[in-house]
Amino acid sequence: MLASGTPVRVKLDWPETRGPCHIRTPHYLRGHQGVVVRHLGDFPNPEALAFRRPEQILPLYHVRFPMAGLWPDQHGNNTVLVELYESWLEAA
Amino acid sequence: MNILEAPSEKLLAGIRKLLAEKNIATEAEIAERIRITDEASPARGAAMVARAWTDPDYKALMLRDGTLAAEAMGVPMRGLPPLGVLENTAELHNLVVCTLCSCYPRAVLGYPPFWFKSAAYRARAVRDPRAMLVEFGTTIPDDMKLEVVDSTADYRWMVLPRRPAGTEGWSAEQLAALVHEGDMIGITVPRVK
Repeated sequence: MLASGTPVRVKLDWPETRGPCHIRTPHYLRGHQGVVVRHLGDFPNPEALAFRRPEQILPLYHVRFPMAGLWPDQHGNNTVLVELYESWLEAA
Repeated sequence: MNILEAPSEKLLAGIRKLLAEKNIATEAEIAERIRITDEASPARGAAMVARAWTDPDYKALMLRDGTLAAEAMGVPMRGLPPLGVLENTAELHNLVVCTLCSCYPRAVLGYPPFWFKSAAYRARAVRDPRAMLVEFGTTIPDDMKLEVVDSTADYRWMVLPRRPAGTEGWSAEQLAALVHEGDMIGITVPRVK
């Protein structure tokens, strides 16, 4: 379990290029660094659920990203808060 | 026949029949879910907000567990995604979007506004939120943090707006009448006319 305040990076991965998939990790966050805000609970992985693959329960986190790191010319006081599954996070 | 070209009413009837035959959902259960969905409206969320403004214990419950707070107001939440509530403060404004599709806290706000699912809203909310909010008539001061909450997964999110000044001593009913749909996703803020 990742603690609040843990810096993480969203995997720079594009399963879309490898075949049919159902992904809840937005494109604009892949490869970017954020900070875990809190653990939201454990949920069935939608990537497996969508294809009726064996159920896999994953921790889901609220992760905060400064928008200045995502886009050019961004207001310094803007952040994005996103739900991400542990399988998409790696140590930053 | 190509399934994509089949008449939608026929497809729907076929799916309903299969759901019943496979003991997944009966006609009565589907009818009940449609009734609950149609009954939901922003008035439910507004009643929760007004109570949070007047009852600190309820506000604490709402921020800790939105699902329990909704159920405490008689909103049926069984079988629905968990509800999270994010508080607007003097330092922070929250804006809700679903960039991937159309996740919306329907149990407490009803059907989303037509633009919520538009590609333009979904893109601009994460790319240029302050300028977009100005177009909705909402100016976020430069020194205020703006957090864009992208609903991507298993939660639905609503915003607890700030109680407007000049409403001291108002009843929960009077306060609820100030709170509109957009206020509870951070598009607008409640104002005293």
